[in-house]
Amino acid sequence: MLRQRALWFVWAAVLVASIAGLVVLDRASTARGTVTSADGQRRFGFSMREVAREVGVSFVHQGPTFDQRLNHIMPQVASMGAAVAVADFNKDGWPDFYVSNSGEGSLNRLYRNRGDGTFEDVAAAAGVADVNRAGTGVSMGAVWGDYDNDGYEDLFLYKYGRPELFHNDQGRGFTPVGERAGLPKWVNANSAIWLDYDRDGRLDLFIAGYWPDEVDLWHLKTTRIMPESFEYANNGGRKYLLHNRGDGTFEDVTEAMGIRSKRWTLATGAADLFGTGYPDLFLANDYGISELYRNDGGKRFVEVGRETGVARTPKSGMNAAFGDIFNDGRLSIYKTNISEPGVLVQANDLWVPTRGAGGATTFDDLASSVGVDLGGWSWGAQFGDLNNDGTVDLYLVNGYVSAGERTSYWYDFSQIAVGHSAIIGDAQNWPAMNGRSLSGYQRKHVWVNDGRGRFVDVAQAVGVTDVYDGRSVALADLSNRGVLDVLVANQRGPLLVYRNTVQSGRHWLDIELEGRSSNRSAIGARVEVAWSGRVQAQEVSGGTGFSAQNQRRLHYGLGSADVVERVAIRWPSGKTQTIDRPAVDRLLKVTEPE
Amino acid sequence: MSTIAAARPRALSFDSRFLGPILITCILVGAHLSFGILEGYTRIGAAIVTALVAESVMGRLTFGRWPHLASAYITGISVGILTRSPFLWPYVLISLISIATKYVLRLKGRHLWNPSNFGVSVALFLAPSSIALLSIQWGNVIWAMVVIWILGSVIVWRVGRLHISAAYVASFFALSWVRSVVTGLPVLATVAPITGPMYQLFIFFMVTDPKTTVSSKRGQILVVFLVAVAEMILRLNDVIYAPLYALFLVGPVALLAEMLWD
Repeated sequence: MLRQRALWFVWAAVLVASIAGLVVLDRASTARGTVTSADGQRRFGFSMREVAREVGVSFVHQGPTFDQRLNHIMPQVASMGAAVAVADFNKDGWPDFYVSNSGEGSLNRLYRNRGDGTFEDVAAAAGVADVNRAGTGVSMGAVWGDYDNDGYEDLFLYKYGRPELFHNDQGRGFTPVGERAGLPKWVNANSAIWLDYDRDGRLDLFIAGYWPDEVDLWHLKTTRIMPESFEYANNGGRKYLLHNRGDGTFEDVTEAMGIRSKRWTLATGAADLFGTGYPDLFLANDYGISELYRNDGGKRFVEVGRETGVARTPKSGMNAAFGDIFNDGRLSIYKTNISEPGVLVQANDLWVPTRGAGGATTFDDLASSVGVDLGGWSWGAQFGDLNNDGTVDLYLVNGYVSAGERTSYWYDFSQIAVGHSAIIGDAQNWPAMNGRSLSGYQRKHVWVNDGRGRFVDVAQAVGVTDVYDGRSVALADLSNRGVLDVLVANQRGPLLVYRNTVQSGRHWLDIELEGRSSNRSAIGARVEVAWSGRVQAQEVSGGTGFSAQNQRRLHYGLGSADVVERVAIRWPSGKTQTIDRPAVDRLLKVTEPE
Repeated sequence: MSTIAAARPRALSFDSRFLGPILITCILVGAHLSFGILEGYTRIGAAIVTALVAESVMGRLTFGRWPHLASAYITGISVGILTRSPFLWPYVLISLISIATKYVLRLKGRHLWNPSNFGVSVALFLAPSSIALLSIQWGNVIWAMVVIWILGSVIVWRVGRLHISAAYVASFFALSWVRSVVTGLPVLATVAPITGPMYQLFIFFMVTDPKTTVSSKRGQILVVFLVAVAEMILRLNDVIYAPLYALFLVGPVALLAEMLWD
């Protein structure tokens, strides 16, 4: 009896200790790797200050208004469209950026960099402002790419509606050429990227539909338009892989190349993930698993998501970004999802490549291990060395619908989300939002890579304190100072310009490529910079993150090192080039050798 | 969820305590192979191993004999299926808590809470930033749901507990209509949760647990109706994990009442 009683106390102690452990570890996991004290610059070597109005950027995004039968859930279904894409459209050496608007009749902006730290909107004069006219849909984003290799970045605009391609007339203005180019008539897309999938020296275009093409959100034929499942939906929009014929027209090769997805894609990225020299495609899908299309020599794409591990679990994918987080030449994929304390903990994914059985490339999710998993209702994220310490950091925005403060739609959302397709698929069954928030007013995350496999969130410490509903993030050195500034497009909110100030004594190298036999934008080029025993790989991108595009040039922080041993370039054409000991703290311009 | 595991063998020719483990394993394997509901085997493995080890140690030391592990297996696998977390530690701790309750929170030789109901509820309440509940469908095809409902119904019928599941389902539908009237929500929205897998586990494995339900058939039906009523009240207050919390609150009270009555 005494033994029984003693044992009871032992088991009771185990129970109490386990419950206490839950509480302690829960608090530790949320506070893990977070620094809030305002000494970010001293501790982490940089600080951010929001300067949009100071530099002449006063843009507030407007959301669309769809068919009135969606009124009760309008904040959800009209929750995207804020986007930003960077390019030096007039080749004056200063990065400019294009901002999309989504209200019917609203105007998009093209901010020209004056070179003195300020910007002016030249969209109307350039012919790329009035693009949201009734009957043509509204903008969801844009990507820059020199599709005709004339040396000027052209602009592809994707919408819930009729996509448009704007030819850049030598930096003086733009001419719409979509109809002549043979673009699809209507795509409800939230993502598009430029890539040269067959390495023929001409940029091709990938457009990812979200809603099915036949859905006109302003004139619904039925309310059965919603995803058929919260995590297994296959009734989204089709994809378009458009091959550039080289004569200003494109041909649809989607099916022929093996892409048949009808998932609800929110973000797409292209990078050489299997070391073949050809760009592979990663699709971050809402309401389902991701897809990874391996490029087999430019001849076809093969979906290998499941066998490589990235499609193991269905989540709510919203971002596709690539970064060499360990400085070992491997590009990891960062995909954002939803995490809401007490409701849904999907956690974001960081897919790090590894060698599986037989030497095949597979991916392990290390987001939790390195501390970049819990980001709220996460949207756009970008890798970049924000403090020039020689490792890439991660900037993440979040927040879905910020409406009534201290109100939440989560309960109703959670009810419908588990419903069978017959229920969830019909918008009429969705409970009304009635002005309530859904993961609103969330704090952003700026995760600094400590170089030892851990990321520390320093957002509050370095001055990133906004709580808007962030969507799109783009990194660019707006003043050619050798630091990455940050542009953030917020849904129904202001465009933010975070000016970055990096501690002195940290070196850097920027690299700008121009293709010859490769596409002129050099999209798909891989550059490895070696210094002080480190090798960091980056690829020139034709669009990355969520509805975003970083500056075209590549930025490498070097820490205290003032010598770079080698820059190794693999051009999209397959040519390789090595530059030994380039000067640092400057922009290195490289043209592809003939 | 030790429902069927502890039921007395009846007409079946093998130990019916294995029925529960077999069903829940089939559900898990089928759901994972078809729809990939798990993010890997490590976490659910940790939950199962923890439950088995804890049950073995506590049972052996407490009662001087090796316990039958079917119940612990169901507890571990249920924790692994129901819990969603990017971390490993919740799976270990919730399993440990679930098993420990059987040896700590007991009266007159009976434990008061369904083990996994206790463990998961406590975890959801105390560690909301790291832990959520399985809140998704298993695929979007009707056959998966139909198969699970049929299999589950047959097995609870074989162990004489179909009336409990049926009473709960009937109560849920009736009270969903009440909620729809009260809140103005579409009735399909209020009914929607029962089409999800969390409810399938709840209905077939939790509310039917013989160790934590009252003895009489009428009593069982009354208790499960009260669980549904408590759930409705919680749902009207926007409590997302209402069914788990309702069982957490009503189950032990009913058992205590029965013990006092006896």
